Amino acid sequence: MALQSKCPTGPIEQRWDKHRFNLKLVNPANKRKYEVIVVGSGLAGGAAAATLGELGYKVQCFCYQDSPRRAHSIAAQGGINAAKNYQNDGDSVYRLFYDTVVGVDYRARESNVYRLAQVSLNIIDQCAAQGVPFAREYGGLLDNRSFGGAQVSRTFYARGQTGQQLLLGAYSALERQVAAGSVTMHSRHEMLELIVVDGRARGIVTRDLKDGRIETHLADAVILATGGYGNVFFLSTNAMGCNVTATWRAHKKGAFFANPCFTQIHPTCIPVKGDYQSKLTLMSESLRNDGRVWVPKDAADRDKKPGEIPESARDYYLERRYPAFGNLVPRDVASRAAKVVCDEGRGVGPGGLGVYLDFRDSIQRLGQDKIAERYGNLFEMYHHITDEDPYKVPMRIYPAVHYTMGGLWVDYNLMSNVPGLFVLGEANFSDHGANRLGASALMQGLADGYFVIPYTVGDYLASVKPISVAKDVTKDHADVKAARKAVETRLKSLLEVNGKRTADSFHRELGKIIWDECGMARSEKGLRGALERIPALREEFWSNVRVPGSGEAMNPELEKAGRVADFLELGELMCRDALDRNESCGGHFREESATDEGEAKRDDEKYCYVAAWEHQGVDKAPTLHKEALEFEYVKLSQRSYK
Amino acid sequence: MKFKLNVWRQDNAKTAGRFESYSIDGITSDQSFLEMLDVLNEKLVGDGKEPVAFDHDCREGICGMCSLVVNGRPHGPQEHATTCQLHMRKFTDGEEITIEPWRAGAFPVIRDLVVDRGSFDRIIQAGGYISVRTGAAPDANAIPVAKEIADRAMDAAACIGCGACVAACPNASAMLFTAAKVRHLNLLPQGAPERDLRVMKMVEQMDAEGFGACTNHLECEAACPKGISADFIGELNRDLATAILRSREASKNASAGG
Amino acid sequence: MTTRALSLTNTTIGKKMVMAVSGFVLFGFVIGHMLGNLQIFMGPDAINGYSHMLHSTPALLWGARVVLLAAIVAHVTTAVSLVRMNRAARPVAYAVKKDVATDYAAKTMFLSGITIALYIAYHLAHLTLGFTKGLHYQPSLDANGLPNVYQNVVSSFKVPWCTAIYVVAQGALSLHLYHGAWSLFQSLGLNHSRYNDALRSSAVAVAMAVCVGFVSVPLAVLFGVVK
Repeated sequence: MALQSKCPTGPIEQRWDKHRFNLKLVNPANKRKYEVIVVGSGLAGGAAAATLGELGYKVQCFCYQDSPRRAHSIAAQGGINAAKNYQNDGDSVYRLFYDTVVGVDYRARESNVYRLAQVSLNIIDQCAAQGVPFAREYGGLLDNRSFGGAQVSRTFYARGQTGQQLLLGAYSALERQVAAGSVTMHSRHEMLELIVVDGRARGIVTRDLKDGRIETHLADAVILATGGYGNVFFLSTNAMGCNVTATWRAHKKGAFFANPCFTQIHPTCIPVKGDYQSKLTLMSESLRNDGRVWVPKDAADRDKKPGEIPESARDYYLERRYPAFGNLVPRDVASRAAKVVCDEGRGVGPGGLGVYLDFRDSIQRLGQDKIAERYGNLFEMYHHITDEDPYKVPMRIYPAVHYTMGGLWVDYNLMSNVPGLFVLGEANFSDHGANRLGASALMQGLADGYFVIPYTVGDYLASVKPISVAKDVTKDHADVKAARKAVETRLKSLLEVNGKRTADSFHRELGKIIWDECGMARSEKGLRGALERIPALREEFWSNVRVPGSGEAMNPELEKAGRVADFLELGELMCRDALDRNESCGGHFREESATDEGEAKRDDEKYCYVAAWEHQGVDKAPTLHKEALEFEYVKLSQRSYK
Repeated sequence: MKFKLNVWRQDNAKTAGRFESYSIDGITSDQSFLEMLDVLNEKLVGDGKEPVAFDHDCREGICGMCSLVVNGRPHGPQEHATTCQLHMRKFTDGEEITIEPWRAGAFPVIRDLVVDRGSFDRIIQAGGYISVRTGAAPDANAIPVAKEIADRAMDAAACIGCGACVAACPNASAMLFTAAKVRHLNLLPQGAPERDLRVMKMVEQMDAEGFGACTNHLECEAACPKGISADFIGELNRDLATAILRSREASKNASAGG
Repeated sequence: MTTRALSLTNTTIGKKMVMAVSGFVLFGFVIGHMLGNLQIFMGPDAINGYSHMLHSTPALLWGARVVLLAAIVAHVTTAVSLVRMNRAARPVAYAVKKDVATDYAAKTMFLSGITIALYIAYHLAHLTLGFTKGLHYQPSLDANGLPNVYQNVVSSFKVPWCTAIYVVAQGALSLHLYHGAWSLFQSLGLNHSRYNDALRSSAVAVAMAVCVGFVSVPLAVLFGVVK
């Protein structure tokens, strides 16, 4: 099957306009006859549900949290990019496009990235109008900062809670539609199966997490905006409930999973402390604007107190290796460099898995008050968690899994290869290639939800007859009943194993395998080993997991076990994808593909494609489909931050 | 460290709850409170018992999901922190810890320590938004907002909707939540056109949900993990009074005009 | 959103405003009453003359009584309705609850309110309606032929338990006034973060002043300062 990206052609700045003009429209009077399901209520899902409701579609929106306002978009700290050029520093849509294509290491489509840069302008307008309290200058106009090494100040922010404020904006728009009756919200519901009838996505099967009730919901289109799968690593900066279940179920029903090995390891997280640890905490990347990263030059010094290590014995390795960008190199580069020094035995803190992020010089230069004004809440958070005062001793940081660039394959319309199934935000693979840049995730989630899907879903719906009119699919349809039955059987089998190990213990073990072999550095040997260990672990899971309680009540252990079961399948696909891609690009570093200096080496001859995997069965090898990536505007070249 | 835990267990909203006691050992002071509960649950599952259900998600103090009353204080003894940000170093070895759910009629218990906070969503549905159609917004810099106003709106908008204010209030009142939500939008010029209807509808819904009245104990402010000021409650009161006066005026003018 | 008339007093916030406004009226009365009482230290003529002035100006006396009665009715009925709502809002109580911000005065508003209500009944029976005259005092006229309020007061407060009732009641009143005085600004939305601390301190000062002003009279009598 050849993948059709449906990207428009012609001059890049006209492609989206031209494409929008060519999209079919649904007659306003007919919109209410169409039902659309949106799974997930974060920036992408919340924005999509609100906007589609506003357009007149009948929308059902689902989330596993107790309120749509709690989706994990809320945790994003830093900011959101937009090519507004309010600072008059030379920004433009083209520059944002260009920076992004290069930053994602040429593994995303030019057309998609350009559209993202274009609609970034509308996003800021929309959010400001919704009442998002962005930071302002004294003149009352919006403030910007430079973020993640960008050469222009294009990042809009609301203190250290930008994600929260943007999500509350989308949430308020969503609740407005709930009040208007156009959106029905189903909180504490988890999607457990995609319903496909005659090759088209026609609904979902959910479990009500409050009482365990299994429900079938039919619709004319299904939109998945269920976030990323970083929790496959067990420890990540994701929320505890983040999972791959919705997209994985869709994958098993035929949707291709693209670039699953592209995961982002964020360089500035608080290091792991002990075996009991349940999650990792991110410290905003903005800290690298004023903090200097170092480790002792000599491994023998690593247990000394940082204050006892003289300047001459410190290795400011990012400044040394990348003099042009210094501490502000992109996330993937900074993370890998930290791993290198820790692998050399120079890491600090318990287990030697940490590097210093030191504010001593900035405090001397700017004064403690200035630093407190910029980062006060982050310093306080660090102090709470570690019981160490970062004004007095340098912070210790270590990379942690933060975001997944891979996801379900979608075309330019954000539709997967299963007609009627759309995928938005982090759940799809589309715009971040092999490395997401800072302040870009919020931008993509809102772009997809507010400004792309409202047009493209209409194009699809205009070509199909609504269920409410055609009555061709009912809850008694054989395929619908089979989907429901599959869910019930699966839950029953999880409850019946009655083994000895908890779901968490399997999850931890899986996470360790993936982190070691498919984390910051991957090698053929390691990946092959993982591909043997993961199926064995999966087999043990299904014969030895213990899930207490029943399916007919709130049962968090059952929820967890179901998610771990899916991670155990996804993990294998990630390793397979990483093995296939014998090049280093973005967050994917293959030890076999490095320069003499140990920098990542991309191989555009062989791997300038999107790897889209087709499921063939749990213990069968998936089929790889390749979508070639072409670069007409940005010349392919090695990234360099030297 | 070891602890004796008295944990509220309740099968569902219809049955009565009870306390159960558990002893737990081998906890380190760096562990978070919820990680301590994870250990308890692993142990319960291992013993073939049902684990304690509690709400939690981001575990970094921003999603507002976690909701435990620890030794009589919502989110526990640490100031300006959520339960997930609480660490065991705040407790002494051997201490007895009582863990209860948020208790309010408007927050019915779903199971154990999990409560239903849908009433907060319904307060937002009543008017906690600015009616702006997607795509209809003017340029973001078209409406300047004084920095002081934007900062103050942000102070209110920092609310994470956890409900600790309700849990802490002797009257189970939702005034701090509602005040923060109303004031965030009413402070901004973008929110001005709807400010009167917004405050009236949201207060009306708040009352309909069965929350108590504010009697100015200020427990809400002390329990709020985001330090939201009770001054917003006074401002909410003022907004409501002026809104009702203005709406009377408007309806009088409307009827006079025929 | 659709427009529909919302009646302020139907809302919890409106009820609190009723509490604040009626409380403010009663507060004013309390201050006036206290200043009137302090005239006892100026001798019998002053206070008896003041009493006579009030009684010979029925418009003033009854006007004030009607306003006070309305304020009391509003204050008490609203309080009862709020207390019922507040109790219903938490059907299952906490096993352990630690309060960290509130104070004794705030927590005992209902209790101090009831104490004050009972005291008012006794006080009216005692000195206004004279139901207890046989008990504490024999009504008489002073040298000017006016009702001898001064004498009534002095002979009553020579009885220690009568003084005790008044002193306890003034304690409850001052606690009630302290919380009410700053809280009414919050309820009416007249607060501002810049003045909150000053408001709190003023509330303490005013409540103390009222307490001292009122109890000074019975204590002065009991200890023979006023004879």
